[in-house]
Amino acid sequence: MTTTSPSRQDAGRPSARRGADAPIKPVITKPRKPINWGRAGAWALVVIALIVTIAPFLWMLRTALSSNHSLAANAGNLLPADFSWGAFKRVMGLQTPEEAIAEGGSGAAINFWWYLRSSIIVSTLVTAGQVFFSAMAAYAFSRLRWPGREKVFALFLATMMVPPIFTALPNFLMIKNLGLLNTYAGIILPFLFMTPFAIFFLRQFFMSMSREVEEAAMLDGAKKFRIFFQIVLPNAAAPMATLALLTFVGTWNEYFWPLLVGQDENVRVLTVGLGVFKSQSPQGAPDWSGLMAATLIAALPVLLLFIAFGKKVVNSIGFSGVK
Amino acid sequence: MTTITKLPDPPTGGTKKAGTLAPVRKGQRIGDLKMALVFIFPAMIGFVVFFLIPTIRGVYLSFTEYSILGDPTWIGVKNYVSIFADELFWNSMAVTVQYVAINIGFQTVIALGLALLMHRVAKSTFIRGALLLPFFVANVIVALLWFWMLDYQLGIVNEVINWMGLPRIAFFGSEQWAIPTIAAVNVWRHMGYTALLIFAGLQAIPQHVYEVASLDGASPTRTFWGITIPLLRPVLVLVLVVTVIGSFQVFDTVAVTTGGGPINASRVIQMYIYQKAFTESDFGYASALSVILFVILALVAFIQMKFLKGNESDLD
Repeated sequence: MTTTSPSRQDAGRPSARRGADAPIKPVITKPRKPINWGRAGAWALVVIALIVTIAPFLWMLRTALSSNHSLAANAGNLLPADFSWGAFKRVMGLQTPEEAIAEGGSGAAINFWWYLRSSIIVSTLVTAGQVFFSAMAAYAFSRLRWPGREKVFALFLATMMVPPIFTALPNFLMIKNLGLLNTYAGIILPFLFMTPFAIFFLRQFFMSMSREVEEAAMLDGAKKFRIFFQIVLPNAAAPMATLALLTFVGTWNEYFWPLLVGQDENVRVLTVGLGVFKSQSPQGAPDWSGLMAATLIAALPVLLLFIAFGKKVVNSIGFSGVK
Repeated sequence: MTTITKLPDPPTGGTKKAGTLAPVRKGQRIGDLKMALVFIFPAMIGFVVFFLIPTIRGVYLSFTEYSILGDPTWIGVKNYVSIFADELFWNSMAVTVQYVAINIGFQTVIALGLALLMHRVAKSTFIRGALLLPFFVANVIVALLWFWMLDYQLGIVNEVINWMGLPRIAFFGSEQWAIPTIAAVNVWRHMGYTALLIFAGLQAIPQHVYEVASLDGASPTRTFWGITIPLLRPVLVLVLVVTVIGSFQVFDTVAVTTGGGPINASRVIQMYIYQKAFTESDFGYASALSVILFVILALVAFIQMKFLKGNESDLD
């Protein structure tokens, strides 16, 4: 992230220059335009990339809406084979074991409503806690003056390099010793207070905020707490929303940690539930419809978030700068 | 989840007289220390309890024998000596490196291509968003989706292969295909995201550099190799460091598809650590393995930054 800052500064230059050169600009850019057939070929590649990206999701939907027994005879058929909501009913726990087995399921109790609930609880609490506490810390690291600030921040940043598996084993032992295995607390706690990335991300924003707003508030005799809640946080709504979205999706998609500490049905999140569902599926004749219905349920909230905020996310990836 | 995002835009409105860091003023030696302690308190608890102590404890455990029951017993470097002679460890390293090579090789080339397309041809945010979609879906979901589509009997991909008159492929079920298949699945998930990172780098290349090149009559190929690639290098190196480090830690996809098999064909290092710790309850050994993984990742990042000179820009 830091390495791109030089190029960012440079990126500002050409636009200023271009202003002066404006009249000749069309002449010099013209030869760069690719010739027509090249452009057509390029668009063909774009279309292929889009198909490769989107088609698997449609296939997921198509399979989820098929009845499992008809899949074999219609493997190449693009439409749902023998349309049925059975797969969704099965993974939502709305079928009796007998019905489920008759339709190709394992008959084992599986309830994605329940897992959905766990995923929502875990992701929401982690997101709220992490973003808020990280914002507080980021404020202390950027707008407050205290001795040792840079050293403590460097220590925080250094742990960003530690691979998650490295801390996962000792963290598992700690959660186990605290008696928090198979509780929401155990799944949530390690990520509730901060991640180095979240603090780094928000600190960067706070550093760029105008001092004058704060100073004006100081003259009014406002205290630092009030400044934080009434001025800093509202001003940082946009980056905090981006961070919250990334944290939510990241937590929603996390598999390794909840697999270690949250296997139990009561606290099982969707990703872990999917793994269990797949391993319970009858060998030889897996319940593909059920599996795809389950993946669709697990993916849907994130897909909806993405449709709602996609543009914001797309523009937030990369490095700030031009245009 | 490994994420790089651009730093948030500075707030609009208000004068941009913002200093980088609040300067320490005279008579404020201790400054806002009290207030700072309050603000930093929750994050500090999280940091010390769940990052700092586990990191130290992880190193300590790697020098012990520990099976969860009872207390860890100090055994010095014995774990490391055993690992050195452990064929399964070397196998897992070989498998992981093979995975990383295939995954990163294809992913980087495809993403670079997509980024160029986004930059030169398809400029709409919608297209970028669509290509980013798989990245937002969980590894586990992506893995299961492809596990179905690549199924030997009923998978649509094998249907197509069969329809073309070729023999069906046991993508996840055969030793030689398991790792390339898992690598390909993750290329599919990450290519749009990687492309967006590179795309952002492309946008930072000043237009006037291209203008000069085209005035000199440079061909598109020459412009690409002579200008685009060198100027993109810092971003490419950064992307490579992040994706290679992420790639070394592949687990989810393996765990829900092959579980490390067939035989040991896809037992990547993180899978091996997981099995040592949670199947064999050998936490000391597993910790030593993760120390080794940590060292390898640090070395990889260091080498990439140093030899590809990722921290220097060619723009000046």
